[in-house]
Amino acid sequence: MMGPVLRATLLKAMVAILCAGMLAPIVIVAIASFSGDGYLKFPPESLSFRWYERFLGDPRWRQAIANSLMIAAMASVLSTTLGFLAAYAMLRARLPMKRVIAALLLTPVIVPHVITAVAVYFLSSRLGLVGSRPWIAVAHSVVALPVVLVILQSALRTVDPALERAAMVFGCTRWGVFRRVVLPIALPGVVSAALFAFLTSFDELVISIFLAGFRSETLPVRIWNSLLLEVEPTIAAVSTLLIAVTALALGIDALLRRLRGGVGAAPAR
Amino acid sequence: MPMTLRAGLLLLLPAFLLLAALFLLPIGWFLLDSFREFATWAELWEEAEAVLLSGAVGRSLVNTGWIGAVVTGLTLVIGYPMSYAMSRARGWAFTLILLCIVLPYFTSTIVRTYAWMVLLGRNGLVNQILVGTGIVAEPLPLLYNRLGVVIGMTYVLLPYMVLTLYAAMKAVDARLMQAAEGMGATPVQVFRRVFMPLTLHGVVAGVLITFILAIGFFVTPALMGGPSDVMVAMLIEREVEITQNWPAAAMMTVVLLVVTLTLYAVYSRFAEPGEAAR
Repeated sequence: MMGPVLRATLLKAMVAILCAGMLAPIVIVAIASFSGDGYLKFPPESLSFRWYERFLGDPRWRQAIANSLMIAAMASVLSTTLGFLAAYAMLRARLPMKRVIAALLLTPVIVPHVITAVAVYFLSSRLGLVGSRPWIAVAHSVVALPVVLVILQSALRTVDPALERAAMVFGCTRWGVFRRVVLPIALPGVVSAALFAFLTSFDELVISIFLAGFRSETLPVRIWNSLLLEVEPTIAAVSTLLIAVTALALGIDALLRRLRGGVGAAPAR
Repeated sequence: MPMTLRAGLLLLLPAFLLLAALFLLPIGWFLLDSFREFATWAELWEEAEAVLLSGAVGRSLVNTGWIGAVVTGLTLVIGYPMSYAMSRARGWAFTLILLCIVLPYFTSTIVRTYAWMVLLGRNGLVNQILVGTGIVAEPLPLLYNRLGVVIGMTYVLLPYMVLTLYAAMKAVDARLMQAAEGMGATPVQVFRRVFMPLTLHGVVAGVLITFILAIGFFVTPALMGGPSDVMVAMLIEREVEITQNWPAAAMMTVVLLVVTLTLYAVYSRFAEPGEAAR
């Protein structure tokens, strides 16, 4: 029989190792991307920016960055807008079959992306939309919408309905209530939602593989196409850029979380 | 403020139009159109039998179930202690564990897959360590086989398991466990008789969501697997992009879709609300 102290220490050690194991692959790739060696060695023997130079010096990679940014920005705006309206309705309206509606809105994250991708490709090839960046953004919005909905429903829950009623009593129109009460209070949550929608689209691969065509390769698609041929070190530099974007988004979200639940928030229930 | 039903439906309409136009209708149209070339049900059935029971597809279905089960089991074994520690940790320890789960979780799947391809390659770090320390004489084949797929997918799916388990574990009232201890239960008894039964629904939800995501996986097995590790999602992609055999793709899609949605229906009964998309 183990003593409780020993058992607690063992658990802590195991969890520490597992947590380190979760971060290790990402950290190792980031460090290896600065290697000056001919292939990816870890630890690198010399440091350089040669893989970044090759990455950013290649017009096809630069085009992929531009495509990714443009598509993710459009998808973020679209899914956040639609998601905000839907989340507000889900919270305030007395809807029949609310559970069914909620489950239906979440299905795009459950159904394998390959199925969504093949079906949208089937539609797009008939409409001649393969390779259209706005169209890819619309398709990405479908998988970003569930993410946005979950974040916004919890953000909007912090808006006290009593404040909205008070504003109405003092002569605010519905639009006025929305613009002067709901939006300001929910704003940190809205920015968070937009951020994660951006990230979802920026990282999306499977739908993009089918819809990108030759013109609109995004960063993940370009990584995919190049990994099918060989595991080349330039990808480490590209990956590090994607990891940095993720870390940045998480950092901003952590700051926003502190702002949430500030002025005008509903009391905890 | 309370909203009328009409206003509520009006606000939901744009989201539903998006969902209908780029999700529900395309999937329905793709399936119906692919099956239209069969004049009778009997003909369709015969073809479905021929496609689904053929060597390649049959094998991929077996692979998919097998890999999905192994990966789900591994994520549960590894994820359980992690989420347990996370649910008990406070302050900076909690933040640290959270970071180790969430940073990989939100990093692109292809980046995480690439990271493991670098680590597991013939000259990768793992083989360097194994050969360097003299544990093995020759670099082990860790990539482009079943082992590579299982390692890569376990890594990619682990955060889903941990976060689902954590949601159930943090809901456990610590006072219940204190009460059991107060009445003389040993830590093992507290865990087995109080904590485990109270978090069992989280385990079921975690297992279901991980398995659902695993059987639809495409990127990781395609890059890390060998010729005998083809999963059904990869075959669907191949039938569409390379052979353009839409009916065959549609038949596999129906199988994958039915299994996924059935498991999702069961999952919804066990999960905390909104768990899937978080």
